[in-house]
This record gives sequence, structure tokens and C-alpha cells, in this order.
Amino acid sequence: MPAFILRRLAQTLLVLLVTSALVFGGLYLVGNPVEILVNPAADEIEKARAAAALGLDRPVLEQYWIFLKGAASGDLGRSFVFGRPALEVILERMPATLELAFLAMVMSVGIGIPLGLYAGLYPDRFSSKAIMAGSILGFSLPTFWVGLLLIMLFAVQLGWLPSTGRGPTEEVLGIQISILNIAGLRYALLPSLNLALFKLSLIIRLTRAQVREQVLLDYIRFARAKGLPRARVIGVHLLKNIMIPLVTVIGLELGSVIAFAIVTESIFAWPGMGKLVIDSMFQLDRPVVVAYLLVVVLMFTLINLAVDILYAALDPRVRLDGSRA
Amino acid sequence: MKSILCFVLALVCGPAIGQELSIALSTPITSLDPHFHNLSPNNGMSKHFFDPLVKQDEQQNLKPGLAESWRAVDDTTWEFKLRKGVKWHDGTEFTAADVIATFKRVPNVPNSPSSLSIYTRPIKEAIAADKYTLRLKTERPYPLLPNDLSGIQIIPKKVAETAKTEDFNSGKAMIGTGPYRFVEYVSGDRVVMAVNDKYWGPRPAFAKVRFRMIANSAARVAALLAGDVSMIEGVPTTDIEKLAKDARVRIASAVSNRIIYLHLDSGRARNSPFVTDLAGKPLEANPLRDPRVRKAISKMIDRDAIVSRIMEGQAKPAGQLLPETFFGTSKRLKPEKYDPEGAKKLLAAAGYPNGFGLTLHTPNNRYINDEKVAQAVAQFLTRGGIPTRVDAMPSAVFFSRGSKLEFSMLLAGWGAETGENSSPLRSLLATFDAAAGMGPSNRGRFSDAGVDALLSSALTTIDDTKRGLILAAATEKAVGELQGLVPLHYEVSSWAMRKGLSYKARADQYTFAFEVSPAK
Repeated sequence: MPAFILRRLAQTLLVLLVTSALVFGGLYLVGNPVEILVNPAADEIEKARAAAALGLDRPVLEQYWIFLKGAASGDLGRSFVFGRPALEVILERMPATLELAFLAMVMSVGIGIPLGLYAGLYPDRFSSKAIMAGSILGFSLPTFWVGLLLIMLFAVQLGWLPSTGRGPTEEVLGIQISILNIAGLRYALLPSLNLALFKLSLIIRLTRAQVREQVLLDYIRFARAKGLPRARVIGVHLLKNIMIPLVTVIGLELGSVIAFAIVTESIFAWPGMGKLVIDSMFQLDRPVVVAYLLVVVLMFTLINLAVDILYAALDPRVRLDGSRA
Repeated sequence: MKSILCFVLALVCGPAIGQELSIALSTPITSLDPHFHNLSPNNGMSKHFFDPLVKQDEQQNLKPGLAESWRAVDDTTWEFKLRKGVKWHDGTEFTAADVIATFKRVPNVPNSPSSLSIYTRPIKEAIAADKYTLRLKTERPYPLLPNDLSGIQIIPKKVAETAKTEDFNSGKAMIGTGPYRFVEYVSGDRVVMAVNDKYWGPRPAFAKVRFRMIANSAARVAALLAGDVSMIEGVPTTDIEKLAKDARVRIASAVSNRIIYLHLDSGRARNSPFVTDLAGKPLEANPLRDPRVRKAISKMIDRDAIVSRIMEGQAKPAGQLLPETFFGTSKRLKPEKYDPEGAKKLLAAAGYPNGFGLTLHTPNNRYINDEKVAQAVAQFLTRGGIPTRVDAMPSAVFFSRGSKLEFSMLLAGWGAETGENSSPLRSLLATFDAAAGMGPSNRGRFSDAGVDALLSSALTTIDDTKRGLILAAATEKAVGELQGLVPLHYEVSSWAMRKGLSYKARADQYTFAFEVSPAK
């Protein structure tokens, strides 16, 4: 197992290097940040000063080399726009995105699995069909549209919840968290619901399909024949066996919820990383974009690692010695 | 029961307009350091906490700020009489030494992506004759110094000498003379401020102000309708009509200082990159160099149609670089009439009776409806005999490529920060000269010795009346006669607020909480 983890981390390092080179080169080709950052009234003298201040007057390979040297010591460069270390800018926005992702995942798992189980166990009931029809809507409606609809309904028409923004935060272990109090939760409810909708539908459908497949298998019949109570058959035997594909999907989706909450964040003016990185791309704020993607890649790899370890816990046949896939 | 009712009411009723004012901005600020990034949202925000020597009113006319009066002592010396008895937020007194220290800091802010030194560079020497008299020496006569200085917020000497950009963002260095004091800043989310009871000017109507950054325009409108904010800037043109009919909302609009225009490649003699013959093959000659062709293009465009259909009335057809109410504009220039027949004649006279092919490049996320306007222009040109394609791209790509002269025709905009006509003339129509800092945004490379001569004489004429006339003459020559660029329209900027509030709409598009008042 330690060897497995070590090898995974080495692979991660390689992926990080390739990502940084691609993003660096890509953004270099898009345009010259100075043209976007300086005031339109700025003349060539001021443009030259800005280029020098941001280190953009050097050849691109040298800029990349300077970046790599910094990165080796944990310094991912300074944001052109904010003038602060890029990593600091990102980490400052991270709690907002993480709490949104967390709430969204709790909603999709907490609602999705029970509904999926129900629809799978009683496929012929009308309510099951309604759940399945709803789930189709859930992943086919565009997020930005649903988001605006939620705002129009719950904030503008009914006035129950605030339309946009993040609620009051409180500090926990040095991190600003907003979802630990009612006031903050009211703000987080709509955006996390919007973010959860797609995953929720996915989990419902996946759970149902798994249940339909597994209830016909011998081990369920055997458990029933043995006279085990129904709750135990479903809650232990069935649930444990349908969890493996679910864990994979939930793991992947958790990553994508964190990395791609962009649409939801901009509609709900949620001050998270997604909104930051979109702004940074438009302003060609290269250090922030590079640092963001590196953070995201790292996060994905770590989540995948966690998923693999979970597999082993759920399914004793899976071994993590790496000799077999 | 009572508590449930209160709870429900609290949920249902939006925050009432009271002592706290909450405003949604369309673009997040990047820093609270007033000298770090010369960017409109930053400049607008910092004017709540700090004051410049010279202020601009809602039509961008100059008015006293921390300086009570100013005059040109001789051709190269400006004298500013400073306001007495002004106190910094920490209680110490404001003097000329603070101004000098501020000017010293401006060009030296580390890592600044766009500094304010373009405004202080003309100052050769700053002398405090006494505590309240400041003399500024310039290399050459520099009539625009008061206009330029309206962009520089003054900070206390001890802050100017020691504070870093981080100290402003954390609030530690946020000591100004402005109408509001700093309370809180959360990057990308909000800025909160409280009224400065000792402010030297008129007291703002609201004791506490909360600015929120809501970049998505639909979400901004929703936040206003839901009552989460009581005022928004940048009302999307598609929502104006609906909001104007809404009994809860009130709209304030003003023609802005921003013109939307076409720059045509008038620099290259041959092989302009996107000029083709009718079959789509590159054309060697560059017809855009001929002022008659540029005039013809201008005549092909129905500006009224663009304003009413695409801009939903939120623009005004343009005939020069700034609306006529601004200093240095021409009284004679009017928007070019839609005249396809006249255009045909001009094209034929220039030797292109059958036209030629063009591509119009435009940003698609920079100006109000920019890509749609470009599409309309291209259709008018195509109908007029110049088949035109549109190539739209994000501004990050557009401006880099435009400055490398990769386009033949481009759509762009210009906001005159100084509030007078030398700003667009100098940036868009003066002959490009990197060393002299002229024509930095002249992406059509228009060049005319006569216009340059008029402009340089205007830029050294201290007398306001004379300077205004020269600038008007330069505009008439550069735009009216030579069509160095084709003006399309001036954007109208709009604010929407809950009934019960009023705002004097500003030409410079700034949103100032201290100018919001309860409606009379």
C-alpha cells in the first residue's frame, strides 16, 4: 500500500508539471496581459513599466523557468491583478467553494440514494416514475437557467431567501465558514441546491439501476431465504454492494463540483474560486490561473486516491499492491 | 406565535431602506490601495475613503476637492490653495506635505499592473510654499494638470511613506479624508463603510454603506427586485423597459463619456490583413487609406437603428468623440446621416464602384452589446456594397491583437476620464509615437500632420477658451473632414434603485454612495 501511494504521488508530480507548461504556454499565446491590465490612457512608457513590474518583459521560457524555480519552493508567483501571492488569493476563496460543494454533495447523496433506492425497490409505483421523470429534468436543464429560476421564485417572488451573495461567516480554525449558522445557511441554500441538482439526478438514476440489478442476484435471495429482516437485507447487503460504483461516481463528481462551480458561483455572486478563475482568465492573470489549475489537479488526484482506498475497504477483493489492476 | 410571525416577516420583507445603503457593483475591485491599479472600479471605490485635490461633478466639470482653488502662476507653474482644517480619519491635520508624499508614492507602488504615474509624470517638481500652498512645476506648459490630478487620491504622509498594498486591503492603512471610513473588505465579495462624521464636505445621507460585487447582470437585477440591495449599476439594456414599469424601482440614466467607434486601417499603404476583393482574395491596395472610403463607410451605417433596436435606446448617435456638453467638443459636427446613395457615389469616386471585402473585429465582453452592434454594422456595410464578416473575441485576445495591428477594421470604445476632448484625440487620433506617449490606442494608425499640430498646440495652451476652440478645430479636421475614425454612438449608463432613493446619474459611470439621497 505505501508503494502504491508513493507511485501515485510521483505520477501526480508529473501531471502537475505538464499542466503548468500547457497552461503557461496557452495563456502566453492568448494575449499580452499588459494590454488588458493597463489603463487605456496609458502610453508606451507606462506599458513598458508595467511589463517590467510584472516580469513580462523577459522571454517566455525565462518566465517559465522563474515560475518553476519558485514553484519548487512553494511560491506560485504573484497575481498580476491583485499584487498578492497567487496561492494566497486562491486559498482565501477556497473555503467558500468547498462549503458550497460540501452542501451540494450532502444534498445529492442524502436525497439521491434514498430516492434511488425507493425507485429501484418499487419500480412500478407512480411515485417512482415521478422521481425518475424529475431526475431527467434535473440533469437536462441548464444550470444557469435553473439558478435564475430559483432566484426569481424563492428570492424575488416569495422573498423567502436572499437572492445572492454569501452570508455572515465565522472563524473556525482560522478559516472563514458561513454554513455553521442559520443566517449563513439561508444564503447557501439556493446555490448549493442549484449545484446539487445535476449530481442528485445522476445519483438517483445510478442507485436505481444498481438496485434493479442487484435485487435479482442470488445473494439477496439467499439472505431473504435465510429469513433476515428486510431492513438488514437492504441496509447492509444490498447497500454495501451498490456502493462501489456509487463511490467512484461521487468521488469524481465531488472533484467536478469543486472545480467547476463556476456557473453557479457567478449567478449567485458567491465569492468562491470558480468566479475568481473566470475573472482571472479574462484578465490574463496567468499566475492565478496556473496556480488554480495546479490546485485542482492536485485535488482530483487526491480524491481519486481516496476513492481507491475506499474501494479496498468496501470490497475485500480489491488489493492496492499495484501488481494487479 | 409572535416569534413565528416575526421570523416569517423577517424572511419575507427585504431590508427596508434606512440608515444602511446597499449597492451592487458590476465589476469587483482588485485592491483598496488607491494607487495600485488604475482601474475604474478601484478609482471609484477609493473616492469614498480618499479625496483628490480636484473633483469632478456628474458632468465631469472640475470642482474643488482638497484644493479650494488653483491657477496657473506662469506657463509652467500651477499653484493649488489647499483646504484648511481638513482632518484625516485618524484626527491629524491635512497639509501640503501629504500631497507631496502622495505624488512621490504614485510611481513607486511595487507590482502595480497599471500605475497612476501617467498623471504625475508631467510634474517636475512639487514645492510646499507653506502648509496650504502647493506649487507644481512642469517641464512644458501643461493645461491638463488639474484634470489629471482629479484621478489621484491623496493619502497621509506617514501612510504614503510606509504602507504597502496589503496594508490597504487589510484596512490598516485606510486613513483618508473622504466621506466614509473603512469598515470591512472581503475580496471579490463586499466593501463596507461607515460615514465620516468630521467630513469637510456635505454629509452623506447614509450612515452605513455596503457595496456588493455581483458581476452577473441578471443576478444583479434579481438582487434589486428581491430587495437584497437597494441600488445597482450597469442595468442590462434588455431589462430597462421592464424595470421602468416596475412600481418598486426607479431608473437614473446619463449619456456617458464613452464613445463606441470604428477604427479603420489608414496606416498601411498596401496589404491590409483583412481587406479582400469581392472573391475573397487579399487585395493589394488598401482602400481604407482613402478618406472618401471611410466617409462612405460612415454614411452606410444607420446609427438611429442601432441605437433604437440593439441598444434599446440606451445610447445616443455620435458625430464626434464626446457628447457636445463636454469641454473642447465641436458645435458643428453632427452624427453622419444614413445615406447609402451618397456612400455609393463616394465609393465610385474613390475607384471602388463595386466595393471590396472586409472583416470587422470586435470584443464580445467589453462594451454594452458590442458583438451585436458589430453584427449590425457589418450588415449595413454589406448592404452598402462592402461585404463584411464579423470576428468577435474576448477582450483579452482582442486588445493584444489590435495593438499588434492585426486588424483592418475594429470596433472599440473610449471613455474620456479627464472629461474633456484632448483625451480621445490624443489617444485615438494623434500620430502614434511611443517615445512621446502619443496615440497609444491609435489602432488604425491614422496620421495627419495638421491634426497633430493643432493637438500639440492645444496641449500647451493654458487659456481654457483658446484651448477649447483648438480642440474643437482638431476634432472637426480629424473626424469631420478626414474620418480618422467612424463614430457610432455614446453609451448611456444607467442605475436602478428602489423607489425612495435618488441618484444623479454620472457621465463617468462611477457609482458614488455619498451622492445617493432619499428621493424628494
